[in-house]
Amino acid sequence: MASGETQSAEYQQRRWQHIRKLLERSGPFCHPDFEPSAEILDFIMNSCKVLVVGAGGLGCELLKDLALMGFKKIHIIDMDTIELSNLNRQFLFRKNDIGLSKAKCAVEFVNKRIPGCEAVAHHCAIQDLDEGFYRQFHIVVCGLDSIVARRWLNGMLMSLLQYNDDRSLDQSSVIPLVDGGTEGFKGNARVILPGMSACIECTLDLYPPQKTFPLCTIANTPRLPEHCVEYVKVIQWAKENPWGATTPLDGDDPQHVGWVLEKAQERAIKHGITNVTYRLTQGVLKNIIPAVASTNAAIAAACATEVFKLATSCCTNMNNYMVLNMADGVYTYTFNAERRPDCVACSNTTRVLEIESDATLQTIYDKLCEDQAYLMKSPGITTVINGRNKTLYMSSIKSIEERTRDNLKKKIADLGLFNGADILVADVTTPNTITIKLKFSDNIDVDMSR
Amino acid sequence: MASPSPKSPEQNEKTKQYDRQLRLWGDHGQAALENGHICLINATALGTEVIKSIVLPGVGSVTIVDDNTVSDEDIGSNFFLECSSKGLNRGSEALRFLIELNPAVQGHAVQEPPDQILQENPDFFKSFTVVIATALSEKTIQDLAQHLWDINVPFILCRSVGFLGSFRIQIKEHAVIETHPDNEQVDLRLDVPFQSLADYLNALDIEAVDLKDHGHIPWIVILYKAVQKWQVSNANSWPMSRKEKNEIKDLIQGFIRKDENGIPINEENFEEALRAVNTALVPTFLPVRIQELLYSSSATNLNKESSPFWIMCSALRGFVEAEGKGKLPVRGVLPDMTASTEHFIQLQNIYRSQAAMDAEIVYRKVQQIVAQLHCDSISEADVKLFCRHAHDLYLIKGSNIATEYQLGGSVASYIARYLEEPDVMMVHYILLRAAEMFRSEHCRAPGDWEPEGDISNLKTCVSKLLSDISCSPFPKDDHIHEMCRYGGAEIHSVSAFLGGCVAHEAIKIITKQYKPVNNMFIYDGSSTNTATFTF
Repeated sequence: MASGETQSAEYQQRRWQHIRKLLERSGPFCHPDFEPSAEILDFIMNSCKVLVVGAGGLGCELLKDLALMGFKKIHIIDMDTIELSNLNRQFLFRKNDIGLSKAKCAVEFVNKRIPGCEAVAHHCAIQDLDEGFYRQFHIVVCGLDSIVARRWLNGMLMSLLQYNDDRSLDQSSVIPLVDGGTEGFKGNARVILPGMSACIECTLDLYPPQKTFPLCTIANTPRLPEHCVEYVKVIQWAKENPWGATTPLDGDDPQHVGWVLEKAQERAIKHGITNVTYRLTQGVLKNIIPAVASTNAAIAAACATEVFKLATSCCTNMNNYMVLNMADGVYTYTFNAERRPDCVACSNTTRVLEIESDATLQTIYDKLCEDQAYLMKSPGITTVINGRNKTLYMSSIKSIEERTRDNLKKKIADLGLFNGADILVADVTTPNTITIKLKFSDNIDVDMSR
Repeated sequence: MASPSPKSPEQNEKTKQYDRQLRLWGDHGQAALENGHICLINATALGTEVIKSIVLPGVGSVTIVDDNTVSDEDIGSNFFLECSSKGLNRGSEALRFLIELNPAVQGHAVQEPPDQILQENPDFFKSFTVVIATALSEKTIQDLAQHLWDINVPFILCRSVGFLGSFRIQIKEHAVIETHPDNEQVDLRLDVPFQSLADYLNALDIEAVDLKDHGHIPWIVILYKAVQKWQVSNANSWPMSRKEKNEIKDLIQGFIRKDENGIPINEENFEEALRAVNTALVPTFLPVRIQELLYSSSATNLNKESSPFWIMCSALRGFVEAEGKGKLPVRGVLPDMTASTEHFIQLQNIYRSQAAMDAEIVYRKVQQIVAQLHCDSISEADVKLFCRHAHDLYLIKGSNIATEYQLGGSVASYIARYLEEPDVMMVHYILLRAAEMFRSEHCRAPGDWEPEGDISNLKTCVSKLLSDISCSPFPKDDHIHEMCRYGGAEIHSVSAFLGGCVAHEAIKIITKQYKPVNNMFIYDGSSTNTATFTF
């Protein structure tokens, strides 16, 4: 019995020999706080809790990478189920797993392959879990394909920040976020120390603008095969309702895609447009982003390395944003993304929105959607008047939308808003209500010569 | 009234599974990948991470050469081994778990040391599309590299130590037709319009059309009309300078219609024309890189063994010198622009037809050459693809790793130049080489048992390398200390990063699409830096 334990301890020593060298020896490039010891391995194995967000292309890789870097207490969240088109890169899944939970399948595989790993799966949306859940982790690493979800998660970690009485940041409330993203042969990895370095909202301008087709082009002057598909999707489907009025277009239903393809081809032939194919049609319908195993492997590994550094201090972290392009050779560039001093998520200040005093609520709404600093999806706007909450506009609930729709046309002064008034904005891009202070631009001297 | 029968039926199982990558390299790229046969030497964590990302997208087959038995350390860093693998052959065990990722991939394991294969059965390597090796000794690296160079099989040598890693691609010659550039230069020929384009452009009168049509004229036409007007007072020259281009912009502004109050109407196509002035007025020319390719000896001295690429280059040269009047075939791609469907499609067809005619001429020249050389025929589709990408053809002429290891004159001065800068990434290269030298002298990695004791010996290796390239010793020993700290450890995430990159490069080589690294890539995971050197 005793010899069995010794054997197993020795075995553990041998098995983790590789990372022990980094953790039990000091080097000239270590983080200044680093003190080599056997306890660090003990910490990452038995105490350090890491949350992996997303069990897709990056998530599968991250789970494997972290488990082989010694982490045992890993949680992973994903609401999706496995599809055939995942299998070219999400290597923890097989054909038999199609339809099952990604998070559960990934966890089962890794726990089986790597004895001692105690990964836990959460088959749900990130929005289903609360502050208490997120607060338990030492580090969060995120491999999502949705910008909205990424922003929500970022907002969640920012909302956990606590400030001391002198408004300085309480360091113990900081949960580092490591974020990775890929698209085809390109990707990025970054380290975010909430309240200390640039967060997702500070750098919204780094995301490419969404490619959209103007409605008039689709309807009147189609030129590309994509325009034909968009026409069928946006206009013809609703008009003809081929499967009845209650059946929405489903890009995963081969019959639906086939129908759209046929109609799009008819339209293309009519206009002399070529190359409307099944692949193109589905790509447009589902807004498919190309993906390949190799790019995901590289980006996830870069993220895992940073998680390891954060947990162990055995090396200084990336500062703080790396872009990777593998289309022309293999090229990386690491730079220091800078904080926005007035960031809505991480600055602990109230954002000021400049607006003319005779503007309508619609102007505010549009600014919240289009301004690079906000880029919201469907902001709900409320304010407090005489101590009472008043909903000015909200599109997410149909009855409230109908009741508040007319407000959009009204001048803000007529809605009780004044220079210096606070509006409270809720949106899918953040778990928190954001307070924004209105500032009437015509109340101050504006230097028109600039 | 019956709708046409479905032309593009639902995809099959395979195209669904590979859908996300087919959008990157197409069905022809996938076919090439499925014909590929990869050889991995040594199923280390780095080795299996490489193979993982080649098996998933569906390479044809994989052969693993490894005569090592699985240790506890292997299991600790390698995902494609499990506890029960201990004591078994590492290659066969790793293969079992790798092949399971994708049943379409064939797998073989060879339990012999690579040196023995090189001596007893060197032809073994001839059947591979790419050979990838990790954890080899200095001597084996050079012998294997020389042999693969001689039999013309691409070779990728990979290393992963601590936070450092590298890979080196050895490939004699690698031609890429589809480079997939991020920003493809447009090929519009406004300065030298071919007949059908000139006819179309001249027939349009943008002054005469009504307002609705005015807003639907493609910017190409607007630009052409502005230049024509400009040429009347500029001796038919071509606007090149900034000042001249601004004059073109002024002319375009003048074309914009005004409303009843004399205020210019916002017309998107004219805005596009203004934006295009700076890029679209570049005169049509034969890029120097392409000219060099067409006149290189491989293209001018064809023989029966010449590759299709060189035959097509030779035919293309014939086109440029004769029908093309010094220009490449028309690319035949029209960028999207604000325009009525009729205008756009008509213009697109004009470019496409000319491209098809040009490609047809090149194809006939290819057929003539093929007939003269009595070599295998080249399909019309291949020639069309070649002509479509003629502006972006890319060629790598590689170098031999064995030569690099001998640190001869040009390699030495190349390395020395970077060390003097000083470029820390080249310092990492020296350290990786020194660690290899240490290993061949001491039969273990520097710092394997105890870091301090090996510092001076590793320093000796570094000094030896530096003196071989006539460089002074490093001012500080930091990097030597760090390498001894690593003690030959293989960190999984570092290997996984390199594994992704190497798999990627192997796929580029097999599919002959996208530009591979030329030819040495260094990764430092501690500073998150990478560099590419060309030995």
